Amino acid sequence: MTTRSPLRIEPTTPPDESPPMRPSDPLPALPPPKPDPATVPDPVISARSLCVWYGSSMALKNVDIDIPRHKITALIGPSGCGKSTLLRCFNRMNDLIPGARMEGTIKFEGIELADPSIDAVALRRRVGMVFQKPNPFPKSIYQNVAWGARINGYKGDMDELVEKSLRRAALWEEVRGKLHKSGLDLSGGQQQRLCIARTLAVEPEIILMDEPCSALDPIATAKVEDLMDELKEDYTIVIVTHNMQQARRTSDMTACLMLDEAAVQGGHRTGVIAEFSPTEKLFTNPSDPRTEAYITGRIG
Amino acid sequence: MSVVESDNYEPERRARRLAGPLFGAACLLATLTGVVVLSVVLGAVAAAALGHGSQHPWYAIGPNAWKLGRFLVSLTQKFSEDAGFRAGVYGSLWLLALTVLFAVPTGVGAAVFLEEFTPPGRLRRAIQMNIANLAGVPSIVYGILGLALFVRAFGFESFALGRSLWAGALTLALLVLPVIVLATQEALRSVPSSLRHAALALGASRWETVRDHVLPMAVPGILTGTILAVSRAIGETAPVLMVGAAGSIDWIPNGPGDRYTALPVEIYNYAKEPGVEFQSVAAGGILLLLVILLTMNSIAIVIRNKYRVPTR
Ligand SMILES: Nc1ncnc2c1ncn2[C@@H]1O[C@H](COP(=O)(O)OP(=O)(O)OP(=O)(O)O)[C@@H](O)[C@H]1O
Ligand SMILES: [Mg+2]
Repeated sequence: MTTRSPLRIEPTTPPDESPPMRPSDPLPALPPPKPDPATVPDPVISARSLCVWYGSSMALKNVDIDIPRHKITALIGPSGCGKSTLLRCFNRMNDLIPGARMEGTIKFEGIELADPSIDAVALRRRVGMVFQKPNPFPKSIYQNVAWGARINGYKGDMDELVEKSLRRAALWEEVRGKLHKSGLDLSGGQQQRLCIARTLAVEPEIILMDEPCSALDPIATAKVEDLMDELKEDYTIVIVTHNMQQARRTSDMTACLMLDEAAVQGGHRTGVIAEFSPTEKLFTNPSDPRTEAYITGRIG
Repeated sequence: MSVVESDNYEPERRARRLAGPLFGAACLLATLTGVVVLSVVLGAVAAAALGHGSQHPWYAIGPNAWKLGRFLVSLTQKFSEDAGFRAGVYGSLWLLALTVLFAVPTGVGAAVFLEEFTPPGRLRRAIQMNIANLAGVPSIVYGILGLALFVRAFGFESFALGRSLWAGALTLALLVLPVIVLATQEALRSVPSSLRHAALALGASRWETVRDHVLPMAVPGILTGTILAVSRAIGETAPVLMVGAAGSIDWIPNGPGDRYTALPVEIYNYAKEPGVEFQSVAAGGILLLLVILLTMNSIAIVIRNKYRVPTR
């Protein structure tokens, strides 16, 4: 990251600091300080004042984040601060949780994701997801990769797509001879790469990864990380991780989420974005004291 | 190796050590009750069937074995020598097939709707409670319902099905429906949600997810529940009597619109006969029914093992 200061967000600023404009007011001399459209040039996802509730408890408050195109964005923060929740907003997987609802705006290529009436099924092909626990289908390796493409109406050569996806997921060499064996016969790390291959086969624009390496050993982790590095040429990746080194190694931008102090006082657990900066800056020179405390291991 | 004694704990508690084996013995006794009673009943039935009254002991199968075969072939029951169950066996198999045809698609469909498409809430709870209650309604009540609804169509002659196989099968289908719904729901619930999430995250619709992943994985559970429910229904006497299975007919139904009789109904009729010979005939019918039911249960087990999806 070359330009530092324009990329910085100050999310700790309360959003309603500037009084609302009334029509009778003269034109203000300065544009409102937030949101700053120049934060990330050409973001692929852009969330503003995003709040998420589970039933009556607020899980995320006033999240502003821009996901840069063809980069890796890491989400870090202590357990329960809403990283997975934020990730699931991007492909509307929160719809599957009864009682979950969101407010605010999330724009993805001109689509308003917070609009309840959008077609979540169509969206999820474009915004793929890899889960924390490898969850291949109890079917053959071939079927695991081909199924998503088939139901989405893939018209090309399926064998070719399966091979291409498995190659991209760095799994082809290990499974080429046993494509018709069960996907559950693979090791955990292989299964996770199979899940990545399955996601790549539907050619999404964004890949959301929720702690994809937490069940893997360091060798498999390294493979997945190499893979992410290669994939970012063509894809935008958002990864949740508890591993600071991993965030630092792999990502271009990092968002550090924290529990809102005021909410904790009131007995709630509500997450806010403490800092969203280029990874290098966040880890070497964090501007938020909570972020600094978290990455140096003093809290969380 | 001696354990250091601590004052905080009682030194030794023999009662505690005895409790385990005592409880185990009690459970064994409970198990034996079922097994022993069942064996005695089966033995008595077999004795009655094969022993021809009290002339021969029940284990003297040899001279009586041919009678078992004749149960299947003879239609008329005027003389015990010719008494048979062919019409009942055919009727019961017809009932079985038609009941499965009506009850399985409806029951599985209802369960899929409730589990996969209805958000948890008041509506789902209300339907759920209804179904659970329906499963406990006595079978004779379904018989009365079937009589009014299917046999007579509340007096609308043109819709009445009469005492046909249709009416009998629809009544039995109603009887097993709640059980099938509950068994299917249970099977669907045991499919891990991570599988659904995996499919949905690829851009699959709910229907595609259910069709290709959830239902195949639930098949063993659905089949087991269904076969057990249906074999229960095939043994039912009261509702079939109610909707008009004939006590004694000497023809075999050729189609679902025909009149019929069912195996349990025939057994009941033979058992009512005063002649001593008919008692062994009735017992033979029970053996026949048991063979059919046990065959169905074994099929359930085989299918379940065959379809078992590896989950590792
Ligand atoms: N399905 C749910 N129903 C109700 N509340 C939920 C649900 N999922 C998450 N929450 C709540 O939302 C908050 C954020 O949860 P989330 O899973 O997003 O945290 P996280 O940052 O991913 O944590 P972790 O690092 O442990 O995975 C938590 O307080 C949690 O209790
Ligand atoms: Mg999480």
